[in-house]
Amino acid sequence: MAPSTLSAALLIARKDLAIEFRTRTAFFSALVFALLGIVIFFFAWDPTAVSSLDLAPGVLWGIFTFSGLLGLQRSFSLEQSDRAIDSLLGAPISRESIYLGKAIANLVFVAAVQLIAIPAVQLFYGVSLLDHAALLGLIALMAAIGLVAVGTLFSAMAVNTKLAEMLLPVLSLPFFVPIVIPAAQATARLLSGRPASESVGWLKLLLAFDIVFVVACMLAFPYTIEE
Amino acid sequence: MSTIATRGLARRFGGRVAVSDVTLTLEEGDCLALFGPNGAGKTTLLRMLAGLLRPTSGSGMVAGVALPGGAELRAAIGYISHASMLYAALSARENVELIARLFGMRDARAAAMRALERMALSDRAEMPVRQLSRGMQQRVSIARATVHDPRVVLLDEPFTGLDDSGSAALGAHLAALRAAGTTMVLVTHQIAEGLALATHAAIMRAGALVRVEAGETIDPATYLTVYREHVMHGA
Repeated sequence: MAPSTLSAALLIARKDLAIEFRTRTAFFSALVFALLGIVIFFFAWDPTAVSSLDLAPGVLWGIFTFSGLLGLQRSFSLEQSDRAIDSLLGAPISRESIYLGKAIANLVFVAAVQLIAIPAVQLFYGVSLLDHAALLGLIALMAAIGLVAVGTLFSAMAVNTKLAEMLLPVLSLPFFVPIVIPAAQATARLLSGRPASESVGWLKLLLAFDIVFVVACMLAFPYTIEE
Repeated sequence: MSTIATRGLARRFGGRVAVSDVTLTLEEGDCLALFGPNGAGKTTLLRMLAGLLRPTSGSGMVAGVALPGGAELRAAIGYISHASMLYAALSARENVELIARLFGMRDARAAAMRALERMALSDRAEMPVRQLSRGMQQRVSIARATVHDPRVVLLDEPFTGLDDSGSAALGAHLAALRAAGTTMVLVTHQIAEGLALATHAAIMRAGALVRVEAGETIDPATYLTVYREHVMHGA
């Protein structure tokens, strides 16, 4: 009997992570990009004009957004060489499980970059990110789910085009905005020591977009891979 | 009931006709060798039979499931294309085992090892695919496509890149599959190897089947002449 959607998704995610673990190309690219971005922002920053509390949330979420794109780009491009995607499409599993598996692997990828980039932002900007680790972790996870949901779908759409590397950011970034705004706003409130209740509204908005994007992208995915 | 039966199967890509009006019937254990020049529509026809491509018009049944089919159809098919469809960073065993798991096989690892053993590759099972020769990769690809003992095997130029021993191993494996009742459609440019396995032969040109014949005793030399007449001179 063919595996359930979730079982098949986990098999695909495990396969993607095993490939990334062995090649490490996308992870290191994304990580180096994130760290370089943090450093460049640091040297371009005038602390007498803008406080670190005002700057850090924007840097954090700008860096996550663009470094995440590097990982998302890789998600379906690794299926294209030797048409490995056909072996997944030819298996008796739902198309949704392919999407879900890719999204789970991308989520782990983005979370791994976040785990290293967040302490780096704290180090350079002197903000107390790790003092709010639990709530910041929740915000980062929720934002990562939204970014990955949209990015995985557009990665599948863009990969068959000649301008895939340009098309993915062009398609994805407008849809990242509703994710990045509440994530950055909630992070800013957290860092400035405001009560957690002030972030709840932004977190609810983030959750709403996560649900909408995950459901809509999963439903749309089969149409993007049908020829 | 026929294992493969199509009627007027067609596929267009925009204004271009890739396959038009293909009608064919194959029973259990039949092997159709499909010949034709590049761009004749052979791969498109195979992808429709594999449930990977939706026909624009016409109808078809493969393994008792109407095209374009779904998971039930895909469970009955083994598809081998000229691309290896493998992950270069994974080992041969991991590639085959992944597919065995996705097909819901119980002891996926043992099934993968058996499939690799049939292709004389058990000693290379743990090597990453990128370190294998093109011929070995093709044999892994065949192990991947047949690990679940499919009722129908669709092969798109499987002999490409194989050396003599690889071709012989593949020929023997395909003959064993046919003897076990597997229905096959074999797209190849190698007429002698194709006819050695075939119970039926067909020539495809410009999306259409221009000649279909049954018989296991087709003489390759005579057929080559016929093929050239059809393909080069448009007979």
